[in-house]
Amino acid sequence: MLLIRCPYCEEERPELEFRNAGEAHIARAADIAAVSDEDFEKFFFIRSNPKGIIYERWRHIHGCARFFNAVRDTVTDKFVMTYKAGEPKPDISKLKKESGPAAYANRPPDQLNVKKPAAKRAPASKGDA
Amino acid sequence: MAATHRISGHGRLTPAKTVRFTFDGQSYSGLAGDTLASALLANGVHLVGRSFKYHRPRGILSAGAEEPNALVSVERDAARRTPNVRATVQELYDGLSASSQNRWPSLSFDVGAVNDLASPMFSAGFYYKTFMWPKAAWKSLYEPKIRAAAGLGVSPDQPDPDHYSARFEHCDVLVLGGGAAGLAAALAAAETGARVIICDEQAELGGALHFEAGTSIDGADGWSWAQATAAKLAAMDNVRVLPRTTAFGYYAQNFVGLTERVSEHLASPGHDLPRERLWQVRAKRVILATGAIERHMVFADNDRPGILLASAARTYLNHYGVAVGQNVGVYTANDTAYAAAIDLKKAGVNIAAIVDLRDNPAGALVDEARALGIEINHGRAVIKTGGRLRVSSMTIQPKNGGGERNIPIDALLMSSGWTPSVHLFSQSRGKVAFDDATKRFLPGTYAQDCVSVGACNGTDGISATLDEAYAAGEKAAKDAGAKAGKSAKPKAETSESWAGGMLGAGPGAGADTTVKAFVDFQNDVTAKDIRLAVREGMRSIEHVKRFTTNGMATDQGKTSNMHGLAIAAETLDKDIPAVGLTTFRAPYTPVTFGSIVNHGRGVLFDPTRKTAMHGWAEAHGAVFEDVGQWKRAWYFPKPGEDMHAAVNRECVTVRKSAGLFDASTLGKIEVVGPDAAKFMELLYTNPWEKLEPGRCRYGIMLREDGFIYDDGVVGRLAADRFHVTTTTGGAARVMNHMEDYLQTEFPHLNVWLSSISEQWAVIAVQGPNSRKIIEPLVEGIDMSDEALPHMSVREGKICGVPTRLFRMSFTGDRGFEVNVPADYGQAVWEALWAEGQKHGACAYGTEAMHVLRAEKGYIIVGQDTDGTVTPNDAGLDWAIGKKKTDFVGIRGLTRPDLVAKGRKQLVGLKAKDLKVVLEEGAQIVADPRQPIPMTMIGHVTSSYWSENCGRGIALAVVIDGRDRMGQTLHVPMPDSVIEVEVCSPVFFDEKGERLNG
Amino acid sequence: MAKAAVKTATAARAPALAGRDFSATGVKLAVLAPAERISLRAPAASVAALSKALGVTLPKAPKTSASKDGRTALWLGPDEWLVIDEAGGDPLADCAGVKALHSAVGVSHRNVGFSVTGPAAAATLNAGCPQDLSLAAFPVGACSRTILGKIEVVILRTAEDAFRLECWRSFSDYAFAFLSQAAVDAAA
Repeated sequence: MLLIRCPYCEEERPELEFRNAGEAHIARAADIAAVSDEDFEKFFFIRSNPKGIIYERWRHIHGCARFFNAVRDTVTDKFVMTYKAGEPKPDISKLKKESGPAAYANRPPDQLNVKKPAAKRAPASKGDA
Repeated sequence: MAATHRISGHGRLTPAKTVRFTFDGQSYSGLAGDTLASALLANGVHLVGRSFKYHRPRGILSAGAEEPNALVSVERDAARRTPNVRATVQELYDGLSASSQNRWPSLSFDVGAVNDLASPMFSAGFYYKTFMWPKAAWKSLYEPKIRAAAGLGVSPDQPDPDHYSARFEHCDVLVLGGGAAGLAAALAAAETGARVIICDEQAELGGALHFEAGTSIDGADGWSWAQATAAKLAAMDNVRVLPRTTAFGYYAQNFVGLTERVSEHLASPGHDLPRERLWQVRAKRVILATGAIERHMVFADNDRPGILLASAARTYLNHYGVAVGQNVGVYTANDTAYAAAIDLKKAGVNIAAIVDLRDNPAGALVDEARALGIEINHGRAVIKTGGRLRVSSMTIQPKNGGGERNIPIDALLMSSGWTPSVHLFSQSRGKVAFDDATKRFLPGTYAQDCVSVGACNGTDGISATLDEAYAAGEKAAKDAGAKAGKSAKPKAETSESWAGGMLGAGPGAGADTTVKAFVDFQNDVTAKDIRLAVREGMRSIEHVKRFTTNGMATDQGKTSNMHGLAIAAETLDKDIPAVGLTTFRAPYTPVTFGSIVNHGRGVLFDPTRKTAMHGWAEAHGAVFEDVGQWKRAWYFPKPGEDMHAAVNRECVTVRKSAGLFDASTLGKIEVVGPDAAKFMELLYTNPWEKLEPGRCRYGIMLREDGFIYDDGVVGRLAADRFHVTTTTGGAARVMNHMEDYLQTEFPHLNVWLSSISEQWAVIAVQGPNSRKIIEPLVEGIDMSDEALPHMSVREGKICGVPTRLFRMSFTGDRGFEVNVPADYGQAVWEALWAEGQKHGACAYGTEAMHVLRAEKGYIIVGQDTDGTVTPNDAGLDWAIGKKKTDFVGIRGLTRPDLVAKGRKQLVGLKAKDLKVVLEEGAQIVADPRQPIPMTMIGHVTSSYWSENCGRGIALAVVIDGRDRMGQTLHVPMPDSVIEVEVCSPVFFDEKGERLNG
Repeated sequence: MAKAAVKTATAARAPALAGRDFSATGVKLAVLAPAERISLRAPAASVAALSKALGVTLPKAPKTSASKDGRTALWLGPDEWLVIDEAGGDPLADCAGVKALHSAVGVSHRNVGFSVTGPAAAATLNAGCPQDLSLAAFPVGACSRTILGKIEVVILRTAEDAFRLECWRSFSDYAFAFLSQAAVDAAA
């Protein structure tokens, strides 16, 4: 059973509390009614299924109930990092170098996959208006 | 029978504590603390089983979990019969009853032993080659016969009466293995205050100190030190000591599965005690102290009862006080077997000879053996043994050939060296590396936060082991966040060495003849089989393994893998690392299903959900059906009624007077916030902005691909508050679907979702008299048609408690759904029931509900739709807001395939014969005379007898169904073809006048 | 206009598993009395106003709760709290007057509460809850939505050796049966 760091609960929690929700960063067009058949096919049907790094969505469904994003290596099952829904797709080329030998490891709290992208969350949060 | 092989003054058991047990019906006596194996040996019993393939007589090879031979059935009672128990692990208890396996009619005379004589037939790959032709015979003949002949032991055929428990546990340092290394590591970690768990598969911690009599630590003998250390650890608040506990699987992120045998060793376990307890441990650091396993020597007939590992014989002597023989031979390629010979000799056992494959063995142990007058034959090999049910002689020969000599013996100890137990390390995804100098695989690259110490790390000698383990324990605790501890590092004064040895077949394994030099005892794999596999083209060790089944038995090749690998490498003329190593997989030793299932059986197998009115329904004779996890009242038979009669009566009564129906299981979601209507617009096809508070609407929810996902009636309680209902089965996934869109696609909307499925009990009151039944109980709601028209909702009180009262209908008759807080559900139901009785109303169940809605052509999502049905297909185009520019599924609906002609559309079907009720799922064809396979143009989705219509009615999806009104189609059945007419899906009250009737 | 409703007896409340309890070595289980509960959702900007109205400061840190005068607010998510009132108050009414953006939904009857107390309380929960319930990781006042066996629950540590556990009404039979079985084994 994996440990997954929930970016909202700010700690690693057992996989039993989570549910995978498919590939991340597949945006629904603002004017979806107008997209072409080809674009709709890409949006709805086509998924990357890479060997290696995948950007995917998870929901902490039996925890804080938030959807969030994760970068995971499909070969080792290692989570490179997790980040909140709406945050931009991180550039992990730097992070990968830092991940050290214990690729499959349970890091102590100060070394956890807590690094967050600096950019602010894209859409306005509730109640900001 | 007296225990004649127990040597007084030896071993650690108390002679006075005797325990009775039986083996194959024969009664014996053992001592408290014995294993079944040690007790049998104490009684001179070596023959304990028959081998898997050749049915050869087999004895006890080891004294631990690696045992491949001594597999027995242990039976407490008819339901508690456990097959394939390793006698070397099973602790003795008073009254234990065990029996041998894989023999008929008896252990000493076994008919299956003809397989041994016919063995040239059963060489490697035999099954693959022999049972190929004719192809058809595999299923009908070969497979059933092979399956009947295969397998060891007999499974119990009754439910397991024992119970099993489970625990999730977390710790800083988890130590796997309680030998000297594990104890030292645990001690170091524990003294820092870190949370420590140490487990060991044996009843008492100590590991190799069970037999290593020559070790002393901190001024005590090794065994005493181990017991004192284990006791000290157990007394610490931050330490959990788990004996009889096997770490069977090492999973991601230091998640380790342990199974603790809680009561397997007790004569009469208390009812409260589980048989086993599963520990699922998450550790910050793991210390692997799993030790090493001694290998046997590979030579002809090395499997006779009485031939065993040297360390096992030493364990039986030094721990259990049992001599495995009176005239013992020793065959070795390393020093540790000398220690066994010396211990036995000192205990008064004659050592017939030590046969050492090495040319010039030297060292303290060799000198001591010589000094004790033991004959040492170096540079020689044991090439075969004699005896049938027990070894009686060994034949030795110079290793490069020469004169043979026969030496009578009654037991033979063997050792070809020690294999580090890297199983758990390997399971952790660590990569092993071959150490060419010592010819063993050792932990190489670590993949997790763990460290190996002691023998499993190739560390030789107790002193080095203690140093390494103690340092690792300290470091692990520190890395896990603990402070530095007090230093009290154990020091070893004397120690023994396990180094050296050989891999592969000895000279006695013979050429490729009929000689059986066993590599894998449990699966009866010989050296010849492995050579044959290579000759037949198997190059990878993974292929050799599967072709020969070497290492594929439940012992997972603990004693055989390295020998098999070495023989394959030699035959291939490659280095061992070039041939590779097979993958170690969990479980390390077999784990019971009980342990894995633990609490999840009986009522805890799956939650059974009951509504607030369940008790009333039960008391009124309801028959229930399972709908997901829910128990729903299916129908309410009166005395003498069958299901058909009850459902007919319920359906007629609802339309004539009224009926009460428990609709509590429907999913309910409260959608609250200033953007609630905007959100509803996006999630449902329907328009919501203009729906007045107090009104309801039937909503359809699509997936993005345009197919119907769920439906339900939605009431608008206020401008910013909707009460959404979902299907029973869709409750959880609809909530997830809505949350997904809200959180990730529309997070700008100020709206929140709360599940209220279980807050409200729902009593549907349907039928012409429904208002009369409800009205007297309601306060604060005007129930007139003008004030409360069809599809409206009001909040008020019923029976003095809050209600959300919906006027809506799933029957086509005037109807209401009374929502009350769940704890009031039963009382309000009873009040409504009392009112209903005045009007001849009935309670009805889900079956009548289905019939009544089908009479009106109302679909059930998941029954009349299957995930490929659009609103248009279902005749629900009217529910799509035509002016809307966005909702989930809007784009999907315009996909080419969804707007093309030829889609299956929902229609009604009437059989020409009124009495016929079609089969749900039956296929529909246009022309029944066409050749098979016929072109199927649709299928029946719902079908019932409708007492109200006086005929069978059905809903179906048919290609271009709406263009086929009035056409005759055909439903081919096994015995006949049924003629049906396509019709409107509304069978009853087509004009819908009864909604206000 | 419908005729005025006749006076009827007020419906009796029938809470699930009312009064049930169970004891084993080191642990006691009890089904708790009905309480008032709301599911409260709100953005950060509304927290102060809601805290004031409720009389208890809504916690902002994950896995924490706040309690005052028989009313407890449990952090369940970044914009979600479960408010439990055991003192006869009406948190739904208290929130009704708050103008700041929020959603308060009554869920008093949705949940059944249990107390799990005694030195083996944490071990009892850990039979089916995969979280670390040591005092270091889950101190007094900590709370979380999580898993117990095959159901979702909310747990709150009310004292070093005491937990409150809440589950949905129809899962309460399962929860009670699970906890009872687990309790028997928890002293180990």
